Amino acid sequence: MKISYYPGCTLKNNAKNFEDSTLCAMKQLGVEVEELSRWNCCGTVYSLATDDLMHHLAPIRNLIRVKEAGSDSVMTLCAMCYNTLKRADERIKNDPESLERINEFMYLEKTEYKGDVKVLHLLELLRDEVTFEKIAEKVKNPLKNLKVANYYGCFLVRPRGIGLPGEDVENPTIMEKFMSLLGADAVDFPYKTECCGAYQTVDKPEIVAERTNQILTSAQKQGAEVVVVSCPLCAFNLDRRQEETVQLYPEFKNMPVLYFTQLLALALGCGEEALGFDLNYIDPKPVLKEKGLI
Amino acid sequence: MRVNISRRRIKDPFVKKVEELSGQNLLACYQCGKCSAGCPAVSQMDILPNQIIRLAQLGLKEELLESKAIWVCASCMTCNTRCPKGINIAEVIEAVRLILLRKSKDHLIVKELSAEERAQVPPIALISSMRKFTS
Repeated sequence: MKISYYPGCTLKNNAKNFEDSTLCAMKQLGVEVEELSRWNCCGTVYSLATDDLMHHLAPIRNLIRVKEAGSDSVMTLCAMCYNTLKRADERIKNDPESLERINEFMYLEKTEYKGDVKVLHLLELLRDEVTFEKIAEKVKNPLKNLKVANYYGCFLVRPRGIGLPGEDVENPTIMEKFMSLLGADAVDFPYKTECCGAYQTVDKPEIVAERTNQILTSAQKQGAEVVVVSCPLCAFNLDRRQEETVQLYPEFKNMPVLYFTQLLALALGCGEEALGFDLNYIDPKPVLKEKGLI
Repeated sequence: MRVNISRRRIKDPFVKKVEELSGQNLLACYQCGKCSAGCPAVSQMDILPNQIIRLAQLGLKEELLESKAIWVCASCMTCNTRCPKGINIAEVIEAVRLILLRKSKDHLIVKELSAEERAQVPPIALISSMRKFTS
């Protein structure tokens, strides 16, 4: 099996461990991942204004690159890229006038876009194409006794109709099922779809610290030892902003936040280089060592 | 909060502009408050999401344009998901922000961020905050 891959900006620096762990895991699962030879930033946020077509050009150009790579679907890892690409595609697919105007504007592109590329999140691909049963068979290092809280944030599930297909917007369970098949104890917690504060982290880190305190404390109360995410902005806010969180809320206790793919790669037997724990701000190694996983 | 309402204000072009930019029918809102009940950002807001819709319905643009709340909303889409009338509240708030941004009234002055602050955050954070807070 082969899939086109759109990484997005942050997967190439702060979230390099998200990419590396995914690539190693996919290799173990026999999926050939082919990064687009050319891509640009997706714009990170979907433009909500009715008259703002300009900002849909960036995601649509990426979908053109997918077509030019000879593919009709593309995989993303970052929840924000997933949202932007998928929603821009839905927008112009359902609005022929916007589609025509966008294509007119991009007249220098050699390929016309017709809304004919399917945007898939890695979790969707693992569930529907690779299948969870097959992944379970390939687990070499089951994550025994590790209590994992699964944080979805906003864009894996919202808005309705754009988030992961087949998942309840208020109570998604795909990540819990996924962590269970890797051998971990999946912990449910009430803040799993609550916004982390997103880009407020740039000039209002105190807003993010308040959310991080609430979200992670809630996970800890349910017994979680680590939290997994699928968005580099959630990862930064819940992991790196623990520094500010501890300053503002002295009773807060640090906990490791990982990409779900780091645990997948670990369970499939990938090496240290692919796991990239050095990029995690709160070191996950002590708890993983304690469980005999590394 | 004390407000003066008038027919003149309700007919202010501002109301129409918000409806156009957001693609929403403001009068569909019957003020159930579900958006505010589920909003994770209310603790930081001076006015609540349902009040934003009410002020927009009544054309009380100064109260809206000067509010802190419109910048605290991070478009997490929880309110949109829960509105029983199918109103996209996040889109309404985006419209109000855009009315200011399109007059070049930026909320974030990138130059004022220190080199350290800029270097610490990942590209995804910087780009999204510039997309939401600058013109």
